[in-house]
Amino acid sequence: MGVQTLYDKLWNAHVVRQEADGTALIYIDRHLVHEVTSPQAFEGLKLAGRKLWRSASILAVADHNVPTKGRAQGIADPIARLQVETLDSNCAEYGVNEFKMNDVRQGIVHVIGPEQGATLPGMTVVCGDSHTSTHGAFAALAFGIGTSEVEHVMATQCLLMKKSKAMLVLVDGVLGRGVTAKDVALAVIGKIGTAGGTGCAIEFAGSAICALSMEGRMTLCNMAIEAGARAGMIAADDTTIDYLKDRPFAPQGELWDKAVAYWRTLHSDGGAQFDATIKLDAAQIRPQVTWGTSPEMVVAVDGRVPDPATMSDAVKREGAERALQYMGLKANTPITEINIDKVFIGSCTNARIEDMRAAAAVAKGKHVAPNVKLAMVVPGSGLVKQQAEQEGLDRIFVAAGFEWRDPGCSMCLAMNDDRLAPGERCAATSNRNFEGRQGQGGRTHLVSPEMAAAAAIAGHFVDVSTI
Amino acid sequence: MQKFTLLDGLVVPLDRANVDTDAIIPKQFLKSIKRSGFGPNAFDEWRYLDHGEPGMDNSKRKINPDFVLNQPRYQGAQVLLARENFGCGSSREHAPWALEDYGFRAIIAPSFADIFFNNCFKNGLLPIRLDAEKVDALFKAVEASVGYKLKVDLEQQTITAPDGTVYKFEVEAFRKHCLMNGLDDIGLTLQHVGEIAAFEAKHRAAQPWLYA
Repeated sequence: MGVQTLYDKLWNAHVVRQEADGTALIYIDRHLVHEVTSPQAFEGLKLAGRKLWRSASILAVADHNVPTKGRAQGIADPIARLQVETLDSNCAEYGVNEFKMNDVRQGIVHVIGPEQGATLPGMTVVCGDSHTSTHGAFAALAFGIGTSEVEHVMATQCLLMKKSKAMLVLVDGVLGRGVTAKDVALAVIGKIGTAGGTGCAIEFAGSAICALSMEGRMTLCNMAIEAGARAGMIAADDTTIDYLKDRPFAPQGELWDKAVAYWRTLHSDGGAQFDATIKLDAAQIRPQVTWGTSPEMVVAVDGRVPDPATMSDAVKREGAERALQYMGLKANTPITEINIDKVFIGSCTNARIEDMRAAAAVAKGKHVAPNVKLAMVVPGSGLVKQQAEQEGLDRIFVAAGFEWRDPGCSMCLAMNDDRLAPGERCAATSNRNFEGRQGQGGRTHLVSPEMAAAAAIAGHFVDVSTI
Repeated sequence: MQKFTLLDGLVVPLDRANVDTDAIIPKQFLKSIKRSGFGPNAFDEWRYLDHGEPGMDNSKRKINPDFVLNQPRYQGAQVLLARENFGCGSSREHAPWALEDYGFRAIIAPSFADIFFNNCFKNGLLPIRLDAEKVDALFKAVEASVGYKLKVDLEQQTITAPDGTVYKFEVEAFRKHCLMNGLDDIGLTLQHVGEIAAFEAKHRAAQPWLYA
């Protein structure tokens, strides 16, 4: 096969057949399913009288619509409730493994897959959700798909697709104090733009990436889609293998040894060729804060809101002007002078145990500022919640004035009751600052968990590297 | 799926970059378990002055007269002219469902987000990539002329402007074939059941832990 990238290896191991124009039929190992993008797919199967190709490849969970408090009372919104009940009944009818809303293993689909060991190196992983790129942290080829493709995978275990270009994002050096995987992700997007990775699969590599925990790697790959890349990935190493050992869905015994031997081959070969390479110096990356309505509208916390008048590209300038108007911000305002109304710590980007620990460390012994109306912490899964409570993190948050909630997507996209009111400004650890994303008229600033906790305490953005 | 062969459609210009799928169809409408009926809520937050929720009678809502889709001259538009990175963000197929239900059949932009681009082809909607300068010229032409229409010929892979200018565009052969014939992808893939089963047997032998 010669010298190959990690992406080449993953792709080649899953090609079933190829059309003359390069369109390939790619075999899918793991299919994650949630309530929002699956009902129409199950309905399509039913209408066509088709069966699931391999029900054991599917793991289902409701996450987008679930309430994060008072869960025992069920879902109040009848439309949302019907959607979750539809997932339950489809899973029962088709024999699909589902973690129901009150199961301790329930959580955000991109948190529970890895937590259960349902995501393994070398797999192809899909889900009707753009943040499926998260699972690439395990040297898997993982990407989001639409509902028609969800149905296609259900019926055929395959997807029709063309190979993407390979992009290497190389981050060497040591990250500074208070600088996290989230800041690396935002810095990359700030550099290449939200369309910078369009048509590409991104491999993240370099000494700063190798030094990241699996939680950090997931945060980074999660946001590959925000750089326009359907897939992000990182080579498998000891960190990957140690994380997976003894997880419920991970292989055991002899199979484990056999799997590990294969997983150790899942890295780009020396001298492998990429279509594009982007380099960042880890030491130069500062804690990041977005100021606009696209994740590429981002600056370092010690920076200022940019001035659209200095932008030469007309489309960019108009976009920035519109964003500042929507965000209620003036050009040249120092980021640390922006006051916030709400704080959201959660989402498939930053709701894992390490994120909980990092935010709690900042909040410990302090209190949420009086101008902050709500600071909420939403763990990514029931098991993350349980672990955090065993470590006493919930008590730290509650003592500091944060609300400690039940797991779900929550205010990342505000499909449930957790949302911003028009004009409210939020420091959020989620992944999208689009207009209306966290509630119509809501203003979102994307940051790391440490930065969000620090902003909650101060009432405005602060540079965590200085506290 | 609806076939796409020829279109002679009124064009509406949506002059902003990075239009995301949250803007195309806001999250509250994603609670529906159906595939249809999203058209009245396409671009809901830009199109109406009040906050939209599922189940509302949209004909009684106050529309935003400044939003381009609401301008009388663009009523009945079938071609959406857009800027860079159209359809970025969430993978929700509700976005193309909403655009198609609204009445669009083609979208022209300098670039599209990958998942959205893919989803369009599954729904009889043709996304066309054209160079930024050509798109820019089309924006100027549309704004200058009421009733501006473009002819889109998928077979020939051409867009013809009223002044006779012809723009060639690229489309992958397989996608073109499926769209021109309104083919169901799943049906096509299931013609290769034997190959899939053979691959699966080989894959299982190589990585048995995936099937444990």
